[in-house]
Amino acid sequence: MPNLSINFAGIKAPNPFWLASAPPTNSGYQVMKAFDAGWGGAVWKTLGVPVINVSSRYGAMNYGGSRMAGFNNIELITDRPLADNLKEIEEVKKYFPDHAVIASLMVETKEEWYQIIKDVENAGADGIELNFGCPHGMCERGMGSAVGQEPAVLQTIVEWVMEVANIPVITKLTPNISHIVDPGLAAARGGTNAISLINTIKSIIGIDLDTYAPYPVVDGKGTNGGYCGPAVKPIALEMVKELTQHPEIKNIPVSGIGGIETWRDAVEFILLGAESVQVCTAVMHYGFGIVREMKAGLEQFMIDKGYETIYDFKGKALPNVTEWKHLNLKHKVVASIDNDKCIGCELCYIACDDGAHQAIRIPETNGNRIPEIIDENCVGCNLCSLVCPVEECITMEQRDDGTQHLSWNDRSLADSIPTTFNDDRAGGKGHFVPTVDDALKHRKG
Amino acid sequence: MSEYKRPTSEIEFDHNFAQKKPLMNDTEAHFESSKCLFCYDAPCIQACPTGIDIPLFIKQINSGNLTGSARTIFESNWLGNACGKVCPTSELCEGACVFNHQDLPPIQIGRLQNFASSDAIKKDKKLFSVGPANGRKVAVIGSGGAGIACACELRTMGYEVDIFEAKSKPSGLTLHGIAAYKITNQEVEDEINYLEKQLGLNFICDHAIENKEQLAKLEQEYDAIFLGVGIGATAHIGLPGEDKANVIGAVEFIEELRMKHHQLKVPKRVIVIGGGNTAMDAASQSARLGAESVVLAYRRSKEDMGGYSFEYKFAISAGVDSLFNAQPVKIVGDETATGVQFIKTQSVSGKLENIVGSEYTVDADLVIKATGQAKQKHFLNLIDDLELDNRSRIVVNEKSFQCTNPKYFAGGDAVNGGAEIVNAAYEGKMAALGIENWLNAE
Repeated sequence: MPNLSINFAGIKAPNPFWLASAPPTNSGYQVMKAFDAGWGGAVWKTLGVPVINVSSRYGAMNYGGSRMAGFNNIELITDRPLADNLKEIEEVKKYFPDHAVIASLMVETKEEWYQIIKDVENAGADGIELNFGCPHGMCERGMGSAVGQEPAVLQTIVEWVMEVANIPVITKLTPNISHIVDPGLAAARGGTNAISLINTIKSIIGIDLDTYAPYPVVDGKGTNGGYCGPAVKPIALEMVKELTQHPEIKNIPVSGIGGIETWRDAVEFILLGAESVQVCTAVMHYGFGIVREMKAGLEQFMIDKGYETIYDFKGKALPNVTEWKHLNLKHKVVASIDNDKCIGCELCYIACDDGAHQAIRIPETNGNRIPEIIDENCVGCNLCSLVCPVEECITMEQRDDGTQHLSWNDRSLADSIPTTFNDDRAGGKGHFVPTVDDALKHRKG
Repeated sequence: MSEYKRPTSEIEFDHNFAQKKPLMNDTEAHFESSKCLFCYDAPCIQACPTGIDIPLFIKQINSGNLTGSARTIFESNWLGNACGKVCPTSELCEGACVFNHQDLPPIQIGRLQNFASSDAIKKDKKLFSVGPANGRKVAVIGSGGAGIACACELRTMGYEVDIFEAKSKPSGLTLHGIAAYKITNQEVEDEINYLEKQLGLNFICDHAIENKEQLAKLEQEYDAIFLGVGIGATAHIGLPGEDKANVIGAVEFIEELRMKHHQLKVPKRVIVIGGGNTAMDAASQSARLGAESVVLAYRRSKEDMGGYSFEYKFAISAGVDSLFNAQPVKIVGDETATGVQFIKTQSVSGKLENIVGSEYTVDADLVIKATGQAKQKHFLNLIDDLELDNRSRIVVNEKSFQCTNPKYFAGGDAVNGGAEIVNAAYEGKMAALGIENWLNAE
């Protein structure tokens, strides 16, 4: 059986599945229930200055028949008394000494940071997470993402924390910034032991079409919230990669956060260099029991691939994430439809014809609605295979022999890049485009 | 053996005749509509005789535009609500759903259609209005699906329309001829009232058109006449003893059932003769009315039955027994029928032959003939130059639905010989457009 345990910057946990600092970690009751269900760690809901929360706090983006493909919240940090939280942290550690309990913190002044770090250390927390990410409410008071968006301020606070902290410190970053490396570097230079990302994305989840107020509506008004859930995973993966590939940051352990719901999501984060993953929305949707699927899937993946520990495949995808200019321009794939599986919905046809490269036709003679790929027009964009509702019906087949490699970078170095559109080396030259008559053939009247 | 107790109240009747396609709730409609793939050039549209843009109305349900969804439906089919309930969808739109090709259940199009259209009816959403008066008048004879569709379409174009109906209530077979578990009387009436409110349909009920003088008057007073007269009563099949009082036609039986509900009593043993959908309906409904034994008797094999297999299965599920290769020879009994004598048949190179000496009798207290309806030949022959085909169907132009006598247009069962309401709805609408084009060309 694979060993799922991790040692994350000195924080030990029986597995890499941690609860993110959020409503599921609001109390000792919840965290103990979660550990009992199989979670390896929990980042406590942020402790800090006193706050008042509003009623109506969450909003969702549903997609078709699926609930909460995206999720946002306008809830602030914990509104429970600090003393209660500290007592419960202590209690949890008594029952679960081998699980990771990390205190998420957010205060303003140096003195407040010093004091609260001492408090959570005394309570027995295994680590500290600095909440520099919250993009709603707290940032209006100069905390949360207001810090995460100012690398110099972020670095100063990290330095304050590192002066006094005796337990590992994780700096949690906000994605609400154009270049994630800047706060990442600031955290590194401030001496952080680890980094976690992403916090939620500033968002308006939707508008009530009767009251004209944004969701979640608080007495006729709303505000931007923090966006998370399955829909944000691609953004989080990219930002994790930005840090784990950066020469000055790559040796700092990263805890990946953002849209993780299944073992696959977790493996993807680990392959991009994360060492632990943090989950919130999936638990808010399905409860702590969802970890059963994650753990079982991760274990099976490791068995299938022959890995003994997380560290055997951590970052394994990183060498394959490169810049566009290094991609092989000689690689060629073309779509192929399995006629036996095709159900004739023709979504691939209309997606290609209206939304891509006019490389699929409906043969007028066959009568069975099965589309045909026009090989010479197919640019291998994948769109047809993405819209096809049938498993493994449209596949992309390699057409080059794999022996040639030529990238934009190679061409630049060889001074062989097209300079005009008429250049024979230009990409779109001779690309098939149907006529005006073709475009208007269904026009009525 | 039938499993139903005889209903003695409207509540018990509703239980025995529970709707085959009950109204979806909001959650059901949300999930079901989310499954639609929005196929390009969707096969379901092609399979719908009225060509409703099905993926569009389903998407509109899912995106919360229920009124727009109902508009999409009614724009193509004036009887969109009735059709959602009574159409043989597994043979039409749902049968064409691409999910069938991956052994997935098709989208429940009929029930989704009903979800949207019944909401508009319930909330009395105004979707259509009478067109500016164009000074033209059309007489519609028969207020069934074809007549109503024709009248509605004409009203939107500004025609004055009078609809003549022999019975006391409009709607034709939708009200009088459909099995009670497919649609309720209330639902039929609600849809007609909904259309009537928006389009001011002038129904003249209890007013049969049956002689030459009446026709001459109509021809004089109206610019065009639409024949939506359907087909007639159950035909005589020349069976000895057929005239006994407890030998009745299926059409008449179903009509009586629709009007009387639990007050219609069936005796213990019922034989239904026939193999079409009307036979299935009559048999299934006899069982649901509490008959102890219901036997469906068909002269050919099971495979040769004209009825849809799902209709047959539905009848069997109600406790109906079936006899195949059973040719009725005569009705047995003195004053009243006490049974039917059959002879066994076999198919010899495609021809049906009786097996000599194989006669047997099945006892019955009621014999229902579902053996086809007589056409309106006598009435139609009163109209000059109106050509009928060899099966007494009115000959029309397939696009304009204009008859050989150009003042007349026709649609529905009188033209197609007996099809679905959705066909009537399409033909009536097309005839209205035919009338408009013809009068404009005059």
